[in-house]
Amino acid sequence: MFNKLRTSFLAAPYALWVLICTILPLFYILGYAITTQEGSLTFENLTAIAEPVHLKSLWLSIKVAFFTTVICLIIAYPVALILHNLKITNKSFVVFLFILPMWMNFMLRILAWQIILSNNGILNSILSTLGLPTIHILYTKAAVTLGMVYDFLPYMILPIYNALSKINDQVIEAASDLGANWWTTFTKITIPLSRDGIISGIIMVFVPALSSFVVSNLLGGGKVLLIGNVIEQEFTLARNWNLGSGLSIILMIFVLLSMGIMNSIDDSENGGMLV
Amino acid sequence: MKKKLISFLSIFVLGITPMLSFTGCGSDSDNSDTLVVLNYGKYIESDVLKRFQEETGIKVKYEEYESVEDMYAKYKAGSINYDVICTSDYMIETMRLEGELIPIDYSSLPNYENIDPSIVEASEAFDPTHEYTVPYFYGTVGILYNTTMVDEETVSSWDSLWDPEYKNQIVMINSQRDAFMVALEKLGYDINTTDQKELEDAYNLLCDEKKYVYAYLQDETYECMISEDAAMAVCYSGEAAMGMEYNEDLAYTVPKEGGNLWIDSWFVPRTCKHYDAAMKWIDFMCEEEAATENFEYVWYATPNTKVASHEDEETLADETVFPSKETLDRCKLYEAYDNETLDYTTTLWKKLKAY
Amino acid sequence: MTKVKKGFSNLYLGLVFLFLYAPIIVLIVLSFNNSMSRTVWGGFTFKWYINLTSNDDIMSALGTTIKITLSSSILATILGTSAAIGIHYMKKRHAAIMLGATNIPLLNADIVTGISLMLLFTRFTPLGEFSVVLAHIAFSVPYVIFNVLPRLQSLSEACFEAAMDLGATPWYAFCKVVWPEIFPGVLSGFLMALTMSLDDFTITYFTKGAGVNTLSTMLYTQLRKGIQPELYALSTILFLLAFVLLLVINFKGSDRKEAVAK
Repeated sequence: MFNKLRTSFLAAPYALWVLICTILPLFYILGYAITTQEGSLTFENLTAIAEPVHLKSLWLSIKVAFFTTVICLIIAYPVALILHNLKITNKSFVVFLFILPMWMNFMLRILAWQIILSNNGILNSILSTLGLPTIHILYTKAAVTLGMVYDFLPYMILPIYNALSKINDQVIEAASDLGANWWTTFTKITIPLSRDGIISGIIMVFVPALSSFVVSNLLGGGKVLLIGNVIEQEFTLARNWNLGSGLSIILMIFVLLSMGIMNSIDDSENGGMLV
Repeated sequence: MKKKLISFLSIFVLGITPMLSFTGCGSDSDNSDTLVVLNYGKYIESDVLKRFQEETGIKVKYEEYESVEDMYAKYKAGSINYDVICTSDYMIETMRLEGELIPIDYSSLPNYENIDPSIVEASEAFDPTHEYTVPYFYGTVGILYNTTMVDEETVSSWDSLWDPEYKNQIVMINSQRDAFMVALEKLGYDINTTDQKELEDAYNLLCDEKKYVYAYLQDETYECMISEDAAMAVCYSGEAAMGMEYNEDLAYTVPKEGGNLWIDSWFVPRTCKHYDAAMKWIDFMCEEEAATENFEYVWYATPNTKVASHEDEETLADETVFPSKETLDRCKLYEAYDNETLDYTTTLWKKLKAY
Repeated sequence: MTKVKKGFSNLYLGLVFLFLYAPIIVLIVLSFNNSMSRTVWGGFTFKWYINLTSNDDIMSALGTTIKITLSSSILATILGTSAAIGIHYMKKRHAAIMLGATNIPLLNADIVTGISLMLLFTRFTPLGEFSVVLAHIAFSVPYVIFNVLPRLQSLSEACFEAAMDLGATPWYAFCKVVWPEIFPGVLSGFLMALTMSLDDFTITYFTKGAGVNTLSTMLYTQLRKGIQPELYALSTILFLLAFVLLLVINFKGSDRKEAVAK
């Protein structure tokens, strides 16, 4: 018999790694979070999240991250499905085409979006040549969301595609042989079987989107203050590492909790373990 | 297919194995002929850097940063032992008050005499005893505007930034200190005020302005002006000069209420391990030829008096690059905020952005 | 019917590709722009490409970037893949803890990760290139794990056990049964790690030693005064190289396949 216990030791180097490069640095942050700038113990940095300005930016971050994730999912699922059903031999080639844009530096690509979206930019030139009204989108929340969707889309496509390609086509054939229509097959078989990929994708998009600050800096024109921007400013502009640490600890707990809830909901359904 | 992908991966693995040799780990080696220099990005002509290494035999580890705040965060962690740093006035004062600065031995700087005494005098705001700094470049904060959209009369006052007519055409500077400066000048207060009531007035004024603002920008503001996406932008004189090179309709002015004069200077931090080399570096930066090359690359106002003889009259008369006496007279340097004021203004700034 | 459906599919894929490639096209055009400004078209030029090789700063940053990116993403892939396999066979509770910890680098803002790693590294080792590699592994391992795990979870246990019952050693069974199944996940994890490392600025900035410059840090420090157009040229070259490499591998692979088929 295959020894599960022994196999789980493959994670040992990683466990050690997590301890040193994830948990240990976390203690530094925790240390800052529960002390004042003078060094005495306090919980003010943690409770500071309740201040209206912080709550406001947290709420905005959640909204932006949520819309980013939903839009990514809506765009990515059909893409993954189409890729999966492509009747060509070089499927991986097409998959690579989705990753290839990431070979260009991220910031350069976001700067290119500035050129495309600005008032006198490429998009508006095209619109006005077509006789359509121009739009003011750069330096708005919509632009930030667009930038994030652009940035994170491949992180949604890949895991879903991976999960789909694991589905045994015979299962789907069997379903249609048994009289299920396309929609039933899709909702009852394809989606549940690709669930792990969807969840991986959601995590890889939602979680970084929540703490992101570069896209909102570049496409938000300094008018969109996300919680990531607040944390960044506390570390740099305000030179208040304690408050910055406090806020990021709270953000971390918030995300872990919501993932815990997601886990328990799923457990009660079918006992499967989520990523 | 799979085989193919595997071979793809293995090419990569084989390709990098020889590259896995890492250098540059021992950054703190007490090698007397190295020098760790920290400066703003794109703030030196690379030939000057090369020439310094050739002429002195000192190997330079040249490090750049984008924002003063990032620089300070990294410096404070004590991560790297810098030998000589160039940064902005108010940050130098903060670090001086924290006891992070080492006095400069001016007698070992023969080229120091090239530096304009009036700029040295202005530096008193952050280095009152003339002990710690050597000026590198200076400039002002003002309004870069498009003459086809705004007339000169309008932008002669900071009030223009509150003009509803230019809704969504105004670019405000994305820097807490500079944005407050603009509002404080408009109100007629001192730009270095620590009075919370006055700062709050400034904050309310900035909130009023937010509905007209197209964007808060600090990086590459001039790109936005070149493409005529905005009618006016608050920015640094150096950026303004860059924008005017590409769009003839652009002009720059420091409004009549007054503005900010900033000076970027070299200083030696407490972490310095190679003091003599640091002195050689600072002296080299004051040298006629190096200063000229740097000026022609950076295009900010240089405090080096010898540079003038290498430039044509048109350049010297360019008020965007070299602010006139009158302009300088109505500009003030920033003084470092105490912790309480810093906290207070940062909170206001945060509220403004979330507003 | 199917033709219409196929048309729709292709149109949809095309639109998504356009969305992903629009900025790339803009940047490629910019690399031929004879103007230092991004928003002005100054005519067509090759000069940024010609200047490129003689620019020592950019070349050395390129070398450092390649070194750091490849080594960190390969190490992260090895570490992450073995971790994913281990976690998959763990007790549920333990696995949950490991996965929780794995999420931490994802959910911290870059600057928090960067500063905390800097505080850790300065305590034990001088900052240099190696510290950057460690930091890059730290934030890219989760991406590998999250790409490999779904593959493992949908892997049929029966095949592996059948192989073992038929007398295969665990290693042999792994290579022949598990590895081919999880390989696409490993590959996409590796590619994600690679791009994460290539793009990162904040964490690199805080963990790098004096004089260490990657293309990303170079770009960011130039933001204030305008990006050197040579960097657009370099990005274009790197992009086209990756594209050509992909094509070559692709066609070589299909040739072989045809030969086998005959």
